[in-house]
Amino acid sequence: MTVALSRSPSPLVQGLRDGLPFLAALMPFGLLFGVAANEAGLGLGAAMGFSIGVIAGASQFTAVSLIHDGAPALVVVLTALAVNLRMAMYSAALAPHLGAAPLWQRALASYALFDSTYACAAAAYPRHPGWSLGDRLAYFAGTAGPAVVLWLIVTALGSVLGATIPPWLALDFAAPICFLAMVAPGLRTLPQVAAALTSVAGALLLAWVPYSLGLLVAAVAAMAVGAEVERRLARRGRA
Amino acid sequence: MSGAAVWGVILALGVGTFLIRFSFLGLIGRRQLPEWVLRHLRYTGVAVLPGLVAPLVLWPPATGGETEPARLLAGIATVAAGVWTRSVLGAMAAGAGVLYAGLALL
Repeated sequence: MTVALSRSPSPLVQGLRDGLPFLAALMPFGLLFGVAANEAGLGLGAAMGFSIGVIAGASQFTAVSLIHDGAPALVVVLTALAVNLRMAMYSAALAPHLGAAPLWQRALASYALFDSTYACAAAAYPRHPGWSLGDRLAYFAGTAGPAVVLWLIVTALGSVLGATIPPWLALDFAAPICFLAMVAPGLRTLPQVAAALTSVAGALLLAWVPYSLGLLVAAVAAMAVGAEVERRLARRGRA
Repeated sequence: MSGAAVWGVILALGVGTFLIRFSFLGLIGRRQLPEWVLRHLRYTGVAVLPGLVAPLVLWPPATGGETEPARLLAGIATVAAGVWTRSVLGAMAAGAGVLYAGLALL
């Protein structure tokens, strides 16, 4: 913005504004999750259960496609949790900024710790060192509130519309496109590419392993490959 | 999967996901994770999602597991557009466009 404001907007308003672009991506994603849940034979209640109780798009998609494939419950939970492990990193990154808040507020912020809210907060907090704890929480609420509400609305819409969507729309392929679209923009460094290729090769080679366990093995191997390539690059950079 | 099993998955996944998010904010506080743990956590998304999708792109259940050009090309287009534009929405649009063009023409 080039206009000089006499008074900058409140942290809440700034949060609402910074969260806005992410809402555009969230809408098709949530809609398609509702449709995917419907395709997997889950009703509106279960689809909403996922979106309220788990509220993490990629892992919800993972769980629903594994349920669709007939994987056992334990494998579904473990694989979907693996998708969410990155959030431990987000939690660690925000702890210095929000760690002093009362427990219930930290619990609420944790519930609403998404890729988008983390990205906004991690960018905004260092820009505003003068913000009080209340300002930081208000900003976070601004980025999270509309996303939570919209996520539930589009899930319900997708779940209800799912059954009426004709087969030529090929919505079976909505989840693969969403996943690839989430990962591809990050494939910018050698460790990321090495991890992705390991994941693909491992999953294809181990596709015969029952209960989708091959995917878990491939994912652990891919994490190790990514971390190891990064370590070696860093060491070479220092040498 | 039975209805009860589905709700079991939702409950376990919901509690587990919350605990992951709550880990440092709620329980561990300002203590730092060891560097090797952070290094592995950085690759969780890229380690799980491509492997999950690869069989669906090569052997789609909708065609009974037969490799099909429209879905294969759509998968490639999504990745290419995502790497090129760095935009999730751009990648989704490219993938959907190629998928429908492929299904209509091929």
